[in-house]
Amino acid sequence: MSSFLLIDMILLGLAAVVAIGVISVRSLLSATMLGGIYSLLMALIWQNMNAVDVAFTEAAVGAGISTVLLVGTLLHTRRETNQSPAIHWPALLTVVLTGSFLIYGTVDMPDYGDASAPIHTGRVQQLLGQRVGKVDNEGVHHAWTYSTMAEQSVERDEPERSFPPERSHGEDHGGDAEAGAHGHPNDDFKGHSPNTVTSLLAAYRGYDTMYETAVIFTAGMAMVLLLRRREERA
Amino acid sequence: MNLALLEPSTASFLKVASLAGTYNYALYVVLMMIGFYGVIAKKNLIKQALGLGLFSTGIFLFYISMGVVEGGTAPVWWTTDEAHLLKAAGPYDNPLTHVLILTAIVVSVSTLAVAMALIVNIQRAYGTIEEDEIRAIEDAEHPGEGVI
Repeated sequence: MSSFLLIDMILLGLAAVVAIGVISVRSLLSATMLGGIYSLLMALIWQNMNAVDVAFTEAAVGAGISTVLLVGTLLHTRRETNQSPAIHWPALLTVVLTGSFLIYGTVDMPDYGDASAPIHTGRVQQLLGQRVGKVDNEGVHHAWTYSTMAEQSVERDEPERSFPPERSHGEDHGGDAEAGAHGHPNDDFKGHSPNTVTSLLAAYRGYDTMYETAVIFTAGMAMVLLLRRREERA
Repeated sequence: MNLALLEPSTASFLKVASLAGTYNYALYVVLMMIGFYGVIAKKNLIKQALGLGLFSTGIFLFYISMGVVEGGTAPVWWTTDEAHLLKAAGPYDNPLTHVLILTAIVVSVSTLAVAMALIVNIQRAYGTIEEDEIRAIEDAEHPGEGVI
């Protein structure tokens, strides 16, 4: 067993135990703190799975902002729940049944870490295989390098681009590092950041990211409207 | 036992039962169901919101697990060749799942924020955040109208 799987199993087991603690502990403040621990454990799990962007988002948002929100709520409400921690049997039955069906549904999933799984083939793989850099209108590929990064930030006199970009009707060059003079239709997409998560977030999932800001704005407005203290009507 | 000789579904089931290959997907179900239990069994509203958070984290785990490639590394083009050109450093984990979950984490914290604002308002209106006490108050004030 590789160390990757060992760490994964240990962290996931800890997370499951902490999750049970979050649900079953009686003090709400303890539940909040356990929730923070749970988020940090999840951040470690993401890091172990090489999802670095997700890891630091989870650490900042899950362990940070969520805990602050919950503690703020506890200040305005109460710190203890007076409910007995007895097991709710109908709920437990429902949960076990649902969980069994879901686990049965994962039976057909490809193996964990299988590189030939359907999710790893197709569009995203094509995007990942593209060269990093830009292709100008003449089809010349300007590779993104660390040494030219400073120059590129100075030289802004790029040739005028046609919009929509002219498509080259050649063979598909996705994944080909030696595409030569024929630019891939998506060459404009790639390569403005060596971090592919950033590239995908800004380009391929751009609308997603845009409406995410709308969600945050709506949530902020809802909070302001809900927490505003209304004046007593005479 | 040679799994290839069995019926496909039987082989897959034995694979899960032995926790080889897809144990991560089973654990996502466990985390999700702990959160689900909190949502449906707990009377305290804050506990329910925490359960919702656990539920969504289980789904995140499912997505990130799907993106893992054996022997893969973080999807950042960080190595260069002799000409200082960026090049791939071997297999990368799938970045698309990471992108989706980045969005989902932010949405889930937005949900939590609105839920907390609602809970504070409920505390102001009813003086309690226990679901059964709120129902009792509602029944006493508006008898015969059913529960909220």
